[in-house]
Order: sequence, then structure tokens, then C-alpha cells
Amino acid sequence: MAKHMTGAEMIVEALKDQGVEYVFGYPGGAVLPIYDALFGQNQVRHVLVRHEQGAGHAAEGYARSTGKVGVLLVTSGPGATNAITALTDALMDSIPLVCITGQVPTHLIGSDAFQECDTTGITRNCTKHNYLVRRIEDLPRVLHEAFYVASQGRPGPVVIDVPKDIQFASGAYHFQRNIQHKTYRPKLKGDSDKIKRAIEMMTKAKKPVFYTGGGVINSGPEAATLLRELVRLTGFPITSTLMGLGAYPASDKQWLGMLGMHGSFEANNAMHDCDLMICLGARFDDRITGRLDAFSPHSKKIHVDIDPSSINKNVKVDLGIIGDCAHVLEDMVRLWRAEAARPDAKALADWWKGIDHWRARNSFGYRNSKELIKPQHAIQRLYELTKGRDAYITTEVGQHQMWAAQHYKFEEPNRWMTSGGLGTMGYGLPAAIGVQLAHPKSLVIDIAGEASILMNIQEMSTAIQYRLPVKIFILNNQYMGMVRQWQELLHGGRYSESYTDSLPDFVKLADAYGAHGIRCSDPAKLDAAILEMIETPRPVIFDCLVDQKENCFPMIPSGKAHNEMILAELGDDAGVELGNVIDEKGKMLV
Amino acid sequence: MSKAYPPSPYSSPLGKHNAESHTLSVLVDNEPGVLARVVGLFSARSFNIESLTVAEVAHETHLSRITIATSGTPEVIEQVRHQLERLVPVHSVTDLTLAARAIERELAMVKVRGKGDARVEALQLAEAFRAKVIDATTESFIFEITGAPRKIDDFVDLMRPVGLVEVSRTGIAAISRGPEPI
Ligand SMILES: Cc1ncc(C[n+]2csc(CCOP(=O)(O)OP(=O)(O)O)c2C)c(N)n1
Ligand SMILES: [Mg+2]
Repeated sequence: MAKHMTGAEMIVEALKDQGVEYVFGYPGGAVLPIYDALFGQNQVRHVLVRHEQGAGHAAEGYARSTGKVGVLLVTSGPGATNAITALTDALMDSIPLVCITGQVPTHLIGSDAFQECDTTGITRNCTKHNYLVRRIEDLPRVLHEAFYVASQGRPGPVVIDVPKDIQFASGAYHFQRNIQHKTYRPKLKGDSDKIKRAIEMMTKAKKPVFYTGGGVINSGPEAATLLRELVRLTGFPITSTLMGLGAYPASDKQWLGMLGMHGSFEANNAMHDCDLMICLGARFDDRITGRLDAFSPHSKKIHVDIDPSSINKNVKVDLGIIGDCAHVLEDMVRLWRAEAARPDAKALADWWKGIDHWRARNSFGYRNSKELIKPQHAIQRLYELTKGRDAYITTEVGQHQMWAAQHYKFEEPNRWMTSGGLGTMGYGLPAAIGVQLAHPKSLVIDIAGEASILMNIQEMSTAIQYRLPVKIFILNNQYMGMVRQWQELLHGGRYSESYTDSLPDFVKLADAYGAHGIRCSDPAKLDAAILEMIETPRPVIFDCLVDQKENCFPMIPSGKAHNEMILAELGDDAGVELGNVIDEKGKMLV
Repeated sequence: MSKAYPPSPYSSPLGKHNAESHTLSVLVDNEPGVLARVVGLFSARSFNIESLTVAEVAHETHLSRITIATSGTPEVIEQVRHQLERLVPVHSVTDLTLAARAIERELAMVKVRGKGDARVEALQLAEAFRAKVIDATTESFIFEITGAPRKIDDFVDLMRPVGLVEVSRTGIAAISRGPEPI
């Protein structure tokens, strides 16, 4: 039944109908009617962030840890432009968001009115889709369509720009469940002939490897369960991208660790030497492939993806299957069980022998110290002490992010939130806030760098206001460590602007916000300090002073192949000449 | 290192040597911003646009057809098609060059200036190309010519020495042969 109401009321009504619990936002002139409609109702709860970028990342954290759509609400002009980084981040990492932006009234659009910006123009290339609503009659459809588009197929951010006069206008509101878009209908089920062929290829493989990504997580927990089943049934090794961590349990013996630029020796070598690569919901990103023309030169490649444009984009594959990971995995498991043929056991055993040989190299290893906290050690202790405590991890961007990916072991999907595609410093704290809201009883930790954390530190205030006991675990090396590492690689160790002078006193900063501050620089006291953090029922900033010189290994330098990794012994204390590792062509790459 | 696979569409900016021209027919919802979306995709992903035309083709259903002539390696063309298909208001993308049964037409207006023999020559060439005179002064003609883009190129080239002033072209409209729709 159609109900009559204003545009602003329709927005709140639609959020209720979509089951939205939280809206992350910040008010302003062009959204005041919507704020008025939010006032005095309790079903949709508004979370007041301190910067619109924070609203976006918080919505991302919420979405990634729940599988639901994250929602943000910002005003026109600067409100919208402040949200751009988060929208781009969500586009790159395929995170479902609906972002409602206020706009100047329709008759002023194009007149350079106060706080006007061309929001749909600016966000066209950083959203999956966007709308400018010019008629109240369109608003109900657009609102629900936005949720559909954001969450179906390859998820992504959708912007709805609503001029102020449309918020005041009244009209008929209606909501049909299960709306379909007239053109946008992603294909979920994989082509069964192709899945049959994939199974055939798998039974003939001698050196197979599963390479999985964020698509498995996005497909839902069912996909992770089916993946585990298929991996167990086949006995094949499995690796994953940064985005895909947790889909397969890191404690399992078939797990090779993350692959890619800072991935494990065994994962990258298995990718290079395999004869069959089964890629599920990953996109052959440049951090994964290294030098493209030397990428896994002897393998046949199967690629399962919901986005047809991902197939054959960076790497030509032998068999592309368009479909949702859970659907395709379900068929694969069924067909594998029904199939009589099995891979050559002897060949598979030999393959594993080779892998174990690489594994024995212990490529994530490092030389521990009694004097200084090694950042890897700090992550390992954090993992050991939070294991089994229902923990969710977010990160900022830099070396600490890679160490977290290498040393924190994820057993379940949706537990790991990191900015992969865009690499956004400042992501972790607001993301942690979104996660904590969704999981109020869980332990939510932002593994941070001292530089990154300052990019959205204002969100501490949000954490305090909503009593969200997020833990910020800063690996403080005083450097933009990842930048410093690259300056060693490419620029003769000339540390141009990568040292941060005048850092705040993080313990006092915690205090100033009303949180709890902890500092630790002594390896012997680390465990006690971490336990203190875990047991504090309030937000904590943990300033963990770590070895300032440590670099992140292993590493595939830009422009190199998977089998040309730099390993730790070479680096670090021994003083590797990192400066000679990358050639002229590699320097051009990022 | 042996090259097992051709390089990706994005890794071979110099892949021009095996570049092909393709005409894509894209059926879209005629909604605000749809053209910007399509054009923005081409610039954001460094695809070429050689010609682009757009007009509403079904008034009641608000459908427009965008005809795009693009060029690139076969891998790039495949990417262009898939990326276009990802756009939410896009109904369908057809590669008319692959269908190999496409008819392409373009209309051009060609202004030529000259006196005496040049005028006679211009008129003779126009006749040979079945171009119409649509405007004339004592020292100029404007010709209207319709045809495949190549034919128009040829006509313009021939007019150059005669006294070509300027050309205005519509870009390509294309459709598939036979009874079936695109
Ligand atoms: C918004 C943003 N600006 C710049 C960069 C480039 N960048 C990547 S890592 C990094 C240094 C991060 O330093 P820190 O947070 O201290 O982490 P560390 O590498 O020291 O662990 C920078 C500047 C980025 N990723 N994001
Ligand atoms: Mg640092």
C-alpha cells in the first residue's frame, strides 16, 4: 500500500524497509530534512562520525564484517567530496555501500550555489552506479534499486544524490521486496559444461593450486564452507590474496599463506610452477602477478568470477566461468564427488614434497631481539593472545598491514578488514568502529602505523561517544615504513620526508580523547601490555615502539617474477644492497 | 623467459601493431548521464574512441543507441565490451564488426571554395560520389554525402586540392543485415 510522505521521510522509511541498523553520517544544510526525519525514531540509528571519510570507512567495516550493505549520509559539496576516498576504496575492494548525499535544490543545480558540487559527475567513476533524483516519484524506486545494485553481482558503492526540494516534496512511497533491475541481472550460476571441464582439468592436474580472493568472502559464508570442502576433497594446496584471507583457515596444512608482493615463498613458487591454477573470486591484480609475462608460465588457468570483465583482463585464462563463487563451488563439489577419475596421487605427493621444501625456507621468519620489539613479533604475540577471543582485525596501510597479513592467522571469513585495492591510510580506525557496532561484544583491533593512524584519528571521538571499545595497536616505527623501504629499494636510501618528526604522545592523546593509553618498548613486557589492552573495556591506543629499521620481507620487487623474491636473510641486518634489486623498468612501476 | 600468453590489454600500450577497428552498438536507457558514463569509461581506461553517435531509438521505452567505433587489440576490444556491459543502464553491447554483417553509414557536409575550373571539377567529383549540392554561392558549394566512412574519407581527400574549406561529419550509424535485430 502506498503511503504518503515527504522525500526525507521516504529515505528513512526505505532504510527501515531494507533492514538498515546503522547510518554513518554528518549533517549539513542540504540534508537537514533527512536529519529531521531521523529525529525521534529509534529503528535506524545514526552514528555521528567526525569526518565524512570516516563515515564511508565505518560503513565499509560494517559491511565487510556482516555481509550487509553499509550506509552513509552526508551533506552536499564538502560532505560529498570528503566521502570520495571511501567510495573509491569500496569500489576497488567491491564493498556494498549506499551513500545518500544532499544536493542544492533542483532549480539551483548548475548555478554554483553555496555548497553545490556536481556529485554525480564527480562520483561517476568511483561508484558502481549513481543517481541524481530530480522527481519525488522516482525516489522510492531509486532508493530500493540502489540497495539492489550495491549488493548484487560484484558489490560496490552506489550514490543517491537528493536535492533539498525533493526531500521536502511529498509523494507516494512504496516498497516491493525482491525488486529486480530492468537491465542489471548478474549471472549467479556458472555454465555447467564449463564447470565439468574445470573438474576434468582438475583430475588431470599434477601440480595444481587454488588461488582465491575477496570474491569468496563477498559471496557469503556458504562459499567459504564449500571452498573448505573442495580443498579438502581434492587435497590441493591453497593460497589467497590479501582480500581473501579467512576464507580458508590459516591453521590448516593445505594453506600456503598469502601470495603476492609480500606473500610467502611457498605460495608464490607454487603459483609460478603449477600446471593448473584455479582462481576463485580474485582478479590477477598487479600486486599478485608480479611481472606479467613471467606469471605462472606453464599453467592452465581456470578463472571463476561474477564480473565478466575480470576474466582475461590482466591474464589470459584457458577457462573462464562467470558466476557467483558459492554457486560454482557447490557445483564443483558435487561434480568432484560424482567423478570417478582422480589426480595422479604420486604426482600430487611429489608436488607437495616440493612445496614443503619451499615451506621449510620459513619465508616469514625474522631475527627476533631481546632489546627491541620486532614488529613481526608484536603481531605474533597479538595473535597468540587474542586467539579464540572472537577477534576482528582491521588495518591501516603500510608495513604493519603486510606484517598483520603474514603473521595474524585468520580462521574465518569476514574477520579481516583491510584496504586492499586503494591502499587507503586512515581506513582502519573508522572501519573498526563500523565492525564494533556490528559486533558489540567482540574484540575489534585496528593494527595501525603511527603515520596512518593520524589520518583519521578524529574518529577516536566517535568511538568514545558510542562506547565502542576498539583497540588501536600502533606499530610505531617513527617512519612511513613502507615508503622508507621503497626509498631503500629505488632511491639510494634517501629518506625524503618519510620520517615523522613531532609525533603526538599517543598515550596522552588517548587520555585527551577519554580513552586508555598504553606504551610498550620492552619485549619482555609486551605480553602483559597486550593483555592489559584486551582487558580494558574502553577504547585503547597502544603505542608499541618497534624496531625502526625493520623491512617487510619476503618481497617480489616490481617488475620481477614470482620466483625472483627477495628473502629476509638477504635483507635487514645483513644490510642487503636493496638499491640494486629493481631494474630501470621496474622503477617505473609502483 | 618464454611467453606463454599474450600480454594483457593493459600491459601493451604499444600493442598498436595488431590493433583492429571495431564498431560497437550499445543499447542504453536514455537517462541523464548515460553518455557521460560511457565516455568516462573510455577515458578512465584509456580506450580509443574514433567515432561516437547517440540518439534515442525507442521513444516509449526510452532506449538510445550509442554507436562507437573503437580500435585496439582483440583483447582490448573484449575488455571494452565487458566494461560497457558492467554499466548499470546498458542493456546490450554488440560487436558489429565481429558479426561481420554490419552496414555502416555516415553523413557529411563538405564545404568547397573555388572559381572557374575548380567549380566544374568539384561538381563532377560530387556527381561521381552521388553527393548533393545543398548550398551554393558564386564562389562555394556545400555538398551532402552519405556512405560508408571510407567513402567519405575518399571524397574529402579528393576535394582537398579543389578547395576544401571544412567538413562536418555525423559519426557512424550502424545496423546488422538481414531480418534479425542487432
Ligand atoms: C592516503 C594515503 N596517502 C599516502 C599513501 C602512501 N603510503 C603507503 S604506506 C605509507 C606509509 C605508512 O606509514 P605508517 O602508517 O607509519 O605504516 P608503516 O609502513 O610504518 O608500518 C604511505 C605514505 C597511502 N597509502 N595512502
Ligand atoms: Mg610507521
